[in-house]
Amino acid sequence: MSTIGSSNTGADWNAVLCSVADQDREAFAALFNHFAPRVKSYMLRLGSDNAMAEELVQESFSKVWRKAGQFDPGRASASTWIFSIARNMRIDVFRRENRPELDPNDPALVPDAPQAADAMVEQKQTAERIGSAIAELPEEQRQVVHLSFFEDKTHAEISDYLEIPLGTVKSRIRLAFARIKASLGEDYGEIQK
Amino acid sequence: MRIDHHPSEDILLAYAAGDLPESWSLLVATHIALCPVCRADVSTAEAIGGSLLADETPAVLSSDALAATLMRVQADDTAVEAESAAHDHATPPILPQPLRGYCGGDLDDLKWKALGRNAQHIPLVRGADGATARLLKIPAGQPVPTHGHNGLELTLVLQGSFVDGESRFGRGDVETADDAVEHQPVAEPGLDCICLAVTDAPLRFRSPFARLVQPLIGI
Repeated sequence: MSTIGSSNTGADWNAVLCSVADQDREAFAALFNHFAPRVKSYMLRLGSDNAMAEELVQESFSKVWRKAGQFDPGRASASTWIFSIARNMRIDVFRRENRPELDPNDPALVPDAPQAADAMVEQKQTAERIGSAIAELPEEQRQVVHLSFFEDKTHAEISDYLEIPLGTVKSRIRLAFARIKASLGEDYGEIQK
Repeated sequence: MRIDHHPSEDILLAYAAGDLPESWSLLVATHIALCPVCRADVSTAEAIGGSLLADETPAVLSSDALAATLMRVQADDTAVEAESAAHDHATPPILPQPLRGYCGGDLDDLKWKALGRNAQHIPLVRGADGATARLLKIPAGQPVPTHGHNGLELTLVLQGSFVDGESRFGRGDVETADDAVEHQPVAEPGLDCICLAVTDAPLRFRSPFARLVQPLIGI
C-alpha cells in the first residue's frame, strides 16, 4: 500500500477504493484521511455548522464503505464517486427530498455504445483533463460553476447573488461546460446531439 | 431508438450538481436511462464535482472522526448494499428506473385518473419548489388542448409519440416549453402516448372549458 497518499489524482485512489470494496480497513482509513476533510469543507460551504458537518462526513463515509462494491473505476474516478455520495447525502438532509437516480442494472436502460478496452486508463485521463480544464476557465465561468456545485445555489439564486441576469448565468455555465467537454477531445460522446 | 430532443445542458448540470429539485430530477434521471448521450454529459458534469472536491481545501476533522465512522460501519456491517438484483423480465419494462419506482410498477400496474377528453394522468411528485411531475396518457391520434405556460414545462415521451408543429417526439425525447410557447401537441396514431410531464406553474388553457375544469383536476 505504499502508493497511498502519494498523489491527489485518479488511479491511486481508484485502486484504494477498490480495496475498500474488499473490506480492507487500512485502505478505508487512507481514503477517509484524504477525502473526509474535503467532504467536511463541502458540507460547511453548504451551510451546515461544525457538528452537522462532522455528522454528515460520518454518514457519507459509512455509505462509502457499504457501497464500495458498486464503484466501477471504468465509469468514474474515486473523487467523483465520493462527490456523488456526499451530494446525495446533502440533498437528503438539507432539502429533505429524494434523489432520483438511474439504476445501471435496469433492463429498461438503453446501454452505452461498447466501451474501449482501455476505458479505465481513459477515466484517469478524463479526471486529469477535467481538472486542468477547470483551472484554465475564465474566472467568471469558474465562479459560476463553483457556486452551482459547491454552494447549493440554483441558477436563479446565483443570478441574485452575483446580480447578473439568469440568462448570463446559464450561458456562462454552458460555455464552461463546452470548454470542459472540448478538453476531453474529439472522441467525446460517440453520437453528437 | 433515436433521440433528437434533449433537455438543455444547464438542466443536466444542475442535476449533476444536486441543485435541481426532485420533480425535474425525476425527469432527467429517467431521460438519461434512455439516452446514453445525456448520460455521458451527466457523468462529465459529476466529474467536475469530483475534481472540485479533490481540489477543496481540507477542513479540520475532529480527532476521533475516523474511529467514530468505523464504529458506525461496524454496528451496521450487515447492511452492505448489494447491487440491484438482476431483473427477471421476459421483455424489458416500458418505464425505466427511477420512474418505475415512483409509479409503483410498470404500465400494467398503473391506476389512471380521468383528465377530460379521454386523457388520463397520475400525479407523482410535488417538489419543495412547487413543481409537479405527472404521468400523462393521451389517446392515440388525439390532440392535447391548446395551452400556454406560466413557467417551464418539460415532457419526456415514454410510449407512442406526438407531433408539435414541425417537430416529432418519440420515446426518450424531451420537449421543452416555456412561457413564450403556446402549443397543441397531437398524439400520433398507433399506441396511446404516455409522457412524464413536469411543470413549475399552472398551464394556461385557451379553451374556456379547459380553464373551468383546471382547478378541479389540479393541472
